[in-house]
Amino acid sequence: MAAYLVRRALLLALSLAVSSVALFVLLRVLPGDPANALLDVGATARQAAAARHELGTDLPLSQQFGGWLRDLARLDLGRSLVSSLPVTSEIAGRLGVTVPLTVLAFLLAALIAVPTGFLIALRRGTWYGTLLAGVSQLGLAVPVFWVGMLLVTVFALRLRWLPAGGFPAEDWAAPAAALTSLLLPVVTIALVMAASLTRYVHSAALDVLDSDYLRTARALGAPLRAALWRHGLRGVAAPVVPILAIELASTFLGAVVVENVFALPGLGSMLVRAFAQHDYPVIQGVLTLSTATVLTIGFVADTAQRLIDPRLRRTAAGTSA
Amino acid sequence: MGGKLKFQIRRLTAALSVVILSATACVSSPSSSASASCALSVGSLYEPQNLDNAGGGGQGAAEALGGNVYEALFRLTETGAVEKSLVSDYTVSPDGLTYTFVLRRGVRFHSGTPMTSDDVRHSLRRILAGTSTSSRRNVLDMIKSVDAPDDHTVVVRLSSRSISLVYNLSQVWIVNHTLADPKTAEDGTGPYRLASWKRGATLTMERFGGYWGAAPKCGQVTFRYYTEAAALNNALLSGAVDVVTSVQSPDALAPFSDTSAFRITEGTSTTKLLLAFNCRRAPFDKPLVRRAVSAAIDDAKLLRSVWGERGMVIGSMVPPSDPWYEDLSGKNAYDVEAAKRMLAEAGYPGGFPMTLETPQYDPHPTIAEFVKSELAKVGITVTIDIISADEWYSRVFQHHDFAATLQEHVNDRDIRYYGDPGFYWGYDNPEVSDLIRRSESAKTTREQTELLRRANHEIVEDAASDWLYLNPQIVVASAHVTGYAANAVQAQFPVYGIDKR
Repeated sequence: MAAYLVRRALLLALSLAVSSVALFVLLRVLPGDPANALLDVGATARQAAAARHELGTDLPLSQQFGGWLRDLARLDLGRSLVSSLPVTSEIAGRLGVTVPLTVLAFLLAALIAVPTGFLIALRRGTWYGTLLAGVSQLGLAVPVFWVGMLLVTVFALRLRWLPAGGFPAEDWAAPAAALTSLLLPVVTIALVMAASLTRYVHSAALDVLDSDYLRTARALGAPLRAALWRHGLRGVAAPVVPILAIELASTFLGAVVVENVFALPGLGSMLVRAFAQHDYPVIQGVLTLSTATVLTIGFVADTAQRLIDPRLRRTAAGTSA
Repeated sequence: MGGKLKFQIRRLTAALSVVILSATACVSSPSSSASASCALSVGSLYEPQNLDNAGGGGQGAAEALGGNVYEALFRLTETGAVEKSLVSDYTVSPDGLTYTFVLRRGVRFHSGTPMTSDDVRHSLRRILAGTSTSSRRNVLDMIKSVDAPDDHTVVVRLSSRSISLVYNLSQVWIVNHTLADPKTAEDGTGPYRLASWKRGATLTMERFGGYWGAAPKCGQVTFRYYTEAAALNNALLSGAVDVVTSVQSPDALAPFSDTSAFRITEGTSTTKLLLAFNCRRAPFDKPLVRRAVSAAIDDAKLLRSVWGERGMVIGSMVPPSDPWYEDLSGKNAYDVEAAKRMLAEAGYPGGFPMTLETPQYDPHPTIAEFVKSELAKVGITVTIDIISADEWYSRVFQHHDFAATLQEHVNDRDIRYYGDPGFYWGYDNPEVSDLIRRSESAKTTREQTELLRRANHEIVEDAASDWLYLNPQIVVASAHVTGYAANAVQAQFPVYGIDKR
């Protein structure tokens, strides 16, 4: 296991390095000019050149890359070309929204999807099993912004229980207000995420229910619930954990639609704006962080899967030996 | 990237640091009525890019900070008249080349230091510097020197007369010369000081106790930023914001028809929607072809379909708030038969194919479809090329690589661009250039107005562009809020006159 962990950690570092370099080059090769975001219409060509010089985007790529590497070595992601603020603190500010939003939505989705998926599998053939399956199918077809707007219409505009959007100016210094602002967005993401997760849990549960080992356990006299708890859960977890990891990773940046609907200052909306302005340091900072996050989540999920499923450990040990 | 180009084009206006006094603000009495507890919430789609209007802060910086946090030597009233602000007096030498400004006494920056002539000199030099991204640099480039003989006097010397100097100075924010980076921090003299800026969400300002003028009504003002118009509307409907700075689509107005809860105010804007031709290139190098295209498009019908009964067709680049405005909507008016005749006369009896560069954000794609169907009637086949804001800026604006394009021009007094053959549309009429140049060195505003009217007639006669319509300026507010400006002659949203019951 230790050798596996070291190997995976090295792989993670290498992936990160390669993706960073690729990102750096790609961003600057793509057409677009960050100076455009700063210039007034009516600004002269001389002013445009001066702006590029000021931003350092007129330097040769190799020189820009060297500067970026030097900064990175000091854990400095540079400053935004547009706002002049340090990218690190900009990102930190946004994480205060994105991390709770993602984690809470993910937990809620798992809380909904795991029992529902099981229930649909256990109650196949009954009317409410079919109904639940139908509802989860419907959830897959519904776009996330639509769910968000529906929830806003009902809970913010009609009932006036929750804010329609925005985030308190005091940030987490006003914890109740901050949490309230996140409630509808969390539910929005969770509902949509739960719909697809339910299907995975459902099919994994079906496999388990039809498995030989569960039949054996029941033949030995264990009631279904106990058999499922003791043997089934692990069987379901093995295929579902990687799916959970993918869902979690995609929510991290995929929350941008929800952020726009609810006017939340998250990482996704920051990235979209930075792309529009060709604000390279911000784009690079956010994407590097999210690449690292996604790779880490994948790493954790793989490790968890090996812990859950002893068969993986054996085959891996066999091949790596 | 929706809206970014709008930022781009808005940027000149964006930067105008001019105070608009709303009628109500003028009438209501000053400091005595100030309520300390009043906390106002303003909803907007334009978050500043940074805090500096000379360093790419954009429309958002002008909207939130102009007049509220930063002031200039002069300010504009809502009707466009120039008033003294941070100057108490000024004199002009008989040759019009030397301006002596006497600064108002007792003005302090938010950091506490008194404003002196050093700060004014610094603020002007900042705009004139090579690194300034501000387009005001071009209208101020006749400034030869700025001197500060004593703490309260600033002497500006010009290389040529500039009748608009005082007007243009109303766009130059006076910044404390000790402020290290105006992009990330502020130190102005306005009635509010910046308290916090949570990027992507809110910008909060608090009443400045040391303000030299009348104290603002509300103790705290928070600008809340949205990227979606629907989210902004919901915020107003649910009471999270009290007022929305400018509504960009008439569809958004329906939920606010309840007049007991909301007020919709329509004022005049300076935002003109243009079908701009590349006058350097065939077939649009021929005025006859440009006039034919203008006559083939029913502007009134287009305006109705986009804005309903709001907005107006003005027929030129000059909106009613510019002193040289005239209603020229009758020139090159809608007449399909005349358009066909002109095309034939110009050598294009069967029309021609053309590509229309169309910014991807609203309202341009819809407008492009309309233009396409109108021009089809005279045989011109339009290919709509949807481009990003950045592409527009690079390809169309900087490299002039286009035949025709749609674009919103938001600045006031921007007829002057037709006097610059190097501008993106490449309109080159020496007579017009001369009139515009002479108007700037005019001795009186009357003479200036006269010359610019003549220039405008020429420009319209040549159909240098097709000015489709002038946007309305729409502010929607909750009924318990009063004192906001109806007209957006500049990009600012003055909040110091706003009261909340």
